[in-house]
Amino acid sequence: MAHIIDDETIEYVGILAKLELSGEEKEQAKKDMENMLNYIDMLNELDTDGVEPMINIFPVNNVFREDVVTNGDDRDDMLANAPAKKDGQYMVPKTVE
Amino acid sequence: MSRQYETVIGLEVHVELATQTKIFCGCSTKFGGAPNTHTCPVCTGMPGSLPVLNKQVVEYAMAVGLATNCTITKNCKFDRKNYFYPDNPQNYQISQLYYPICRNGGIEIDVNGNKKVIGIHEIHMEEDAGKLIHDEWEDCSLVDFNRSGVPLIEIVSEPDMRSADEVIAYLDKLRLIIQYLGASDCKLQEGSMRADVNLSVREVGAQEFGTRTEMKNLNSFKAIARAIEGERRRQIELIEEGKKVIQETRRWDDNKEYSYAMRSKEDAQDYRYFPEPDLVPIIISDEWIERVRKAQPELRDEKRLRYKEEFDIPEYDADILTSSKHMADLFEETVAICKKPKEVSNWLMVEAMRLLKETEKEPEDMDFAPENLAKLIELVGDSKINRTVAKEVFELIFKEDIDPEEYVKEKGLMMVNDDGQLRSVIEAVIEANPQSVSDYKNGKEKALGFLVGQTMKEMKGKANPGKINEILRELL
Repeated sequence: MAHIIDDETIEYVGILAKLELSGEEKEQAKKDMENMLNYIDMLNELDTDGVEPMINIFPVNNVFREDVVTNGDDRDDMLANAPAKKDGQYMVPKTVE
Repeated sequence: MSRQYETVIGLEVHVELATQTKIFCGCSTKFGGAPNTHTCPVCTGMPGSLPVLNKQVVEYAMAVGLATNCTITKNCKFDRKNYFYPDNPQNYQISQLYYPICRNGGIEIDVNGNKKVIGIHEIHMEEDAGKLIHDEWEDCSLVDFNRSGVPLIEIVSEPDMRSADEVIAYLDKLRLIIQYLGASDCKLQEGSMRADVNLSVREVGAQEFGTRTEMKNLNSFKAIARAIEGERRRQIELIEEGKKVIQETRRWDDNKEYSYAMRSKEDAQDYRYFPEPDLVPIIISDEWIERVRKAQPELRDEKRLRYKEEFDIPEYDADILTSSKHMADLFEETVAICKKPKEVSNWLMVEAMRLLKETEKEPEDMDFAPENLAKLIELVGDSKINRTVAKEVFELIFKEDIDPEEYVKEKGLMMVNDDGQLRSVIEAVIEANPQSVSDYKNGKEKALGFLVGQTMKEMKGKANPGKINEILRELL
């Protein structure tokens, strides 16, 4: 069963991902997504009854840190990458709640 | 308006855990540092940085789950919640959707003697976001990531509450359990405990729930009660007008006593959760659960019962004394020194509560040494100072944590127990007030009180009123 991604869906996915797509890019993205969904359909043909969902691919669990402060004040290093800053803070476009 | 409505309320309560460090990195969680001084590549979402889980977070979450009768999820993991907002540097929040650490619990509340269990759907672990400050001078916002990555648990109740009173009772109970466990200080005003209210209304008798709204920005019990009343009214009005309640998040403005819709359609709430690939699963063994259970301190309900039995304290007093963990600790430490539970209880219940009210402080803010209260109680017990002086001294202990023994000595406030001196003062008072003496002899009991007062004044408050009474009656 082939999937069809309509204009509305690609528009919505673009908003969620904060992407601005040109008309051409939208068409390409639609095709890519359709291919991915078709591939998932293929996987869905497998019988997975009674199979525990895998939640991690590594045979490792319970990796913890002790609750001890190890970091000092690296503010200047952290802020070195900020495109804009003011008074030791990151400056961002105004947010309105 | 003939229709009767029922309010259905569920709560999402966020609690900041009392760990030293953040949930996924070794940065301090201390409140009030200069902006961004408690940050690192992990909690500012730098590419390539990797989170490592703080074990204490898991243990606090388990402790709260066990104390609220939840089942611990032995196969537990984190998920990624995707959204864009400048206070969230990774563009996702690490949280738990599919396997929250605790499930299916509940706590009993008591509203005016009516007991009821409020179900807890789940408790999950997650990270807090940074703080946004809106710059007044430039058209921009400033971000402080000190709070980013501070560990939170979110406690999601079932929609079991029907009134603001039940909501407050539930929150109060939850707060006390968590404070007693030491898992958080749970201060609503400071944001270490935050409650979002999910509310819908339906006609009494209806089976289906109505459409609910979620209200945020509630930072006091009073604001919560007002917001519930306001939102209930708003929804009933909509229904009565034949309109529909829209499922949305609303922000409560406690000054205007009005809520308004927070998110517009452009920020669709589609979080596209998926398993967090940077963290490995948490496998919780029965032994681990037992260890956490055994380490659990005495909780409020047990303490309240013990106070009644061990110290023979009335239920009401035991209620007040245990209504703050700090007050209960202060009570027990003082009793351990002076062995006079009733006296200690009296001082805390009457004088301390009065002073707290006067100074608009919380019980947590009392910072005097139990030794000093114990000494004061000894001084009264040994009749070294009278009650009036003791009250003044207590106020100084409460405010400045003074040593009462030294203070009383320094100011010469010790009671005069020398009968001879007292007797001669009383004789002089009788001499000077013939009118009162004859009033008393004519049956006016009040006149005696006046004479006691005059004697006390002469003695500068340092006499034992019982003794004065005794000698006065004898001489008259």
